[in-house]
Amino acid sequence: MEVVVFSLLNGLLYGLLLFMLSSGLTLIFSMMGVLNFAHASFYMLGAYLAYAMGGQIGFWPALFLAPVLVGVAGALVERYGLRPVHANGHVAELLFTFGLAYLIEEIVKLFWGKQPVPYRVPDVLSQPIFTLFETTYPAFRVFMMVVALLMFGVLWLLLKRTRAGLMIQAALTHPHMVGHLGHNVPLIFMTVFGIGCALAGLAGVIGGAILVTEPGMAHSLGPIVFVVVVVGGMGSLTGAFVASLLIGMLQTFAIAVGASIGDLLRLVGIPVAPHGELTGITLAQIAPMLPFLLLVLILIFRPRGLMGARET
Amino acid sequence: MTAIDRALPAMRPVGVRSSPLAAVAPWLLGAAILLALPFVFPSRTGFTIMNAIGINVVFALSYNMLLGQGGMLSFGHAVWFGLGGFAAMHMMVAIDKLALPVPVFLLPLVGFAAGLLAGAVLGWPICRRAGTPFAMITLGIGELIAAAGLMFVTVFGGEEGIKGDRVVGPMLFGLDLGPQGGVYWFIAFWVFAAALAMWAFTRTPLGRLSLAVRDNPDRVPFIGYDPQRVRYLVFMVASGFAGLAGGMAAVNYEILTPQIFGALTSGNVLLMAFIGGLGAFYGPILGAVLIVLMQSMLSDYTEGWQLYVGLLFMGLVMFAPGGLASMVEGGARAVRRGDWRERAPAWASGALAFAVLAAGIVLLVELAFRAHGGGALRLAGLTLRPGDAMGWIIGIALVSLGAGLLRLLTRRGHDGDTARPA
Amino acid sequence: MSDLELRALRKSFGSADIIRGVDLAVPAGERHAVIGPNGAGKSTLFNLISGAFPPTSGEVMLGGERISGRPPYEINRRGLSRSFQVTNIFHNMSVYENLRCAVLWSLGYRYTLWRSAAALKDAAERSREVLHLIGLDHARETPAGLLSYADQRALEIGVTIAGGARVILLDEPTAGMSRAETDRAVDLIRRVTEGRTLLIVEHDMGVVFGLADRISVLVYGEVIATGTPAEIRGDPRVREAYLGEEAA
Ligand SMILES: Nc1ncnc2c1ncn2[C@@H]1O[C@H](COP(=O)(O)OP(=O)(O)OP(=O)(O)O)[C@@H](O)[C@H]1O
Ligand SMILES: [Mg+2]
Repeated sequence: MEVVVFSLLNGLLYGLLLFMLSSGLTLIFSMMGVLNFAHASFYMLGAYLAYAMGGQIGFWPALFLAPVLVGVAGALVERYGLRPVHANGHVAELLFTFGLAYLIEEIVKLFWGKQPVPYRVPDVLSQPIFTLFETTYPAFRVFMMVVALLMFGVLWLLLKRTRAGLMIQAALTHPHMVGHLGHNVPLIFMTVFGIGCALAGLAGVIGGAILVTEPGMAHSLGPIVFVVVVVGGMGSLTGAFVASLLIGMLQTFAIAVGASIGDLLRLVGIPVAPHGELTGITLAQIAPMLPFLLLVLILIFRPRGLMGARET
Repeated sequence: MTAIDRALPAMRPVGVRSSPLAAVAPWLLGAAILLALPFVFPSRTGFTIMNAIGINVVFALSYNMLLGQGGMLSFGHAVWFGLGGFAAMHMMVAIDKLALPVPVFLLPLVGFAAGLLAGAVLGWPICRRAGTPFAMITLGIGELIAAAGLMFVTVFGGEEGIKGDRVVGPMLFGLDLGPQGGVYWFIAFWVFAAALAMWAFTRTPLGRLSLAVRDNPDRVPFIGYDPQRVRYLVFMVASGFAGLAGGMAAVNYEILTPQIFGALTSGNVLLMAFIGGLGAFYGPILGAVLIVLMQSMLSDYTEGWQLYVGLLFMGLVMFAPGGLASMVEGGARAVRRGDWRERAPAWASGALAFAVLAAGIVLLVELAFRAHGGGALRLAGLTLRPGDAMGWIIGIALVSLGAGLLRLLTRRGHDGDTARPA
Repeated sequence: MSDLELRALRKSFGSADIIRGVDLAVPAGERHAVIGPNGAGKSTLFNLISGAFPPTSGEVMLGGERISGRPPYEINRRGLSRSFQVTNIFHNMSVYENLRCAVLWSLGYRYTLWRSAAALKDAAERSREVLHLIGLDHARETPAGLLSYADQRALEIGVTIAGGARVILLDEPTAGMSRAETDRAVDLIRRVTEGRTLLIVEHDMGVVFGLADRISVLVYGEVIATGTPAEIRGDPRVREAYLGEEAA
């Protein structure tokens, strides 16, 4: 029981963090057709900027300023990097963002070194907020969940209830209609890219404090965020939300369950040796593979994802 | 989405009428270089670096078979490299344990077979999609195999990896594979053989068709070919050659760990092939040489070498998608046309502006590295400290000057002939 | 016997019925033109015949064999080849390479990877013939993307006929050409389709009436008339539905 509840909470937490990252990527990917390899790098930038600024101006101002700065950086990257490359096709764009991810990681190492930095949340938020089964649950985790849910709510309202949102929504599901957005398509692209990056930055400010802020943080999360976007489906915010939670839960539960493949097989009545090479593998070991297995299967068998309006 | 990416350089149509000599000359030159190298760089470090280059040349060429020839952007090419490597490693162990009469010299063939087989099995689902979905599937497969590599300890040796001994089994050509110098000849042979085979592949009907698929996959079904089938076959062959490179690595290093499957290996081969240039057969060779050299030589002097690789890559993606090879091609074309004299000043000024820009960037980067590590930058009697404004000012001035000059030059249309006509 | 036969062919995209029951029989060796206003479904008809997408219902028969539902490369191998309204060639490859790729399958080379393409004498010979036929000898090594528009259209036809298909489908081969270029193109089409079955979509009535043995008029996805040029010219329905527009 205890394990289930905590796995549930952790899965939810991890899933919501994934959602904060994937919401921006979904916007960018479905609207511009660009699979931004560097998306998680903007997440990392957010964490590092918040760490750097937090020392000077405190956590709360940094919580707002860091994402804004990351958003501006994203918009500049779109304007002066991605846009000129766009004419060369999707492969060139992929290569560009691939190189960008590589570069941002190196730049982070350049300024902050290769070791993790001691980025922590302010004391108010590190206090326990409630106690479950004699284990305390820190307030910051709840804070993160609230922020993620707020983000989902605000984005959803923006997309469904405002004029600009509706136009963007249409462009997400019918990319050839992007032209009907008016003559200012480039500006809209730049804004969407900037906002997407800012969202990733916000995720970084929060995620960096919960997890670790180190140069490898983008690389460890980046591919998973891809999985979320593809599994959720193109142009679908709700899809990204559902897929984030799904993958969050999937991974935390697989880790929490101590069983091995052999245990599972014996459970369904197939007698196998408990500690063989194959049967001794625990679900926890398989956990990191699951998202990618899902990615490959989805791309092959259901290219539109869980809730996507069109094929990847 | 399809794999049409017109503005990325396609493989140059091979001149059908080129004389036999013109076709043979580059190979003779290549063979001569391979023969001469050990006498020019006879040191232990020299051999270590040259052997690493050789392995990466084959690996990068196999990557270009996918991307340059077939238009398939893969983020998981390390999978075939690693599987080929482990297959060869297990064979090497078996030669030792079971005293098999198999020469270690031929192990790259085991790598080839393993890569081909793995490419045939996994490639079947992978190649059902093209373009961005293909790229993502390869990413997923890459991560899957990387994770699986750590899981199956008897096959991949876990964290410690698998070790082998290359001085076992019968000798071939009387070559002793014990010393690094001996391994060099082994590597040189396989580099030459694999490069020749891959070049020959580009000339076969399948090779020509893969260019057609890369160029315009939608038209191919209407001339009787199944583009998916073409991609699949090219994918298999490319996986085979990646496996061959892996087999070379197994013999050279005598140890492989599951880390070989990681995104780092896959990313590196992409960098090498692209920086060298996808548009010419020899492009990835240039890229492999450059990257391995940077890796092994620059890393002694600066922590920032990867940053420089990244900057180079981004610069090329943005301004010269044909990579280094496109510059060589531009120069060669000017020489053939006979107008290189007129272009030389533009090239020289372009190179100068680039050098100024690069110097500025290097100065800034090195200062930044020292900002938290301490220490000063000593250059030609000049000592610059990250604490002083002086170094930063010079750096920024150089960058602005270089960038401004480059802008001015490209504005005037002296594009230095870096971009190929679309 | 009819070389190409369409039976109750239908195609809808979602709720839009684009082809609404087309029956058509083209005897071997006939030059048959399909005319109709913009958006009538002519290109869609070609897409159905050539296998670009499957029909919603109905059948396409080639030489008595059902080909509908098969992928385009299999249809092509059975001897039906098509061109495209929007030039669809291999832009980064030389003119000669375009043609050589297009002849390979018909000469039995499949996915060969143990022979040099340059050493295939028959492929070289056939490519040279077609190169000469379409009048592009001088541009042999030019990347196709750098050709003039008219030359690209000629190459489009060359790639289409290079494999020696028995049935040729040409979609608006002269669209966007000047008078002189059109005349040359018509002459080319006449020569390359000698002895073959031709289905051609054209808006240029001069071309249609000069080239076709018979004409079908497609309006809103239905064939409203089929007949000789003279019959079509005299058909009041055709005048009303289609030619009337031109006269107006
Ligand atoms: N893949 C598709 N999906 C949806 N609608 C389509 C598709 N292809 C064609 N259509 C629609 O079918 C109708 C017929 O198009 P088609 O291109 O066949 O006309 P056409 O007779 O060739 O016209 P034109 O003379 O302009 O070439 C058009 O209204 C077009 O919008
Ligand atoms: Mg049409």
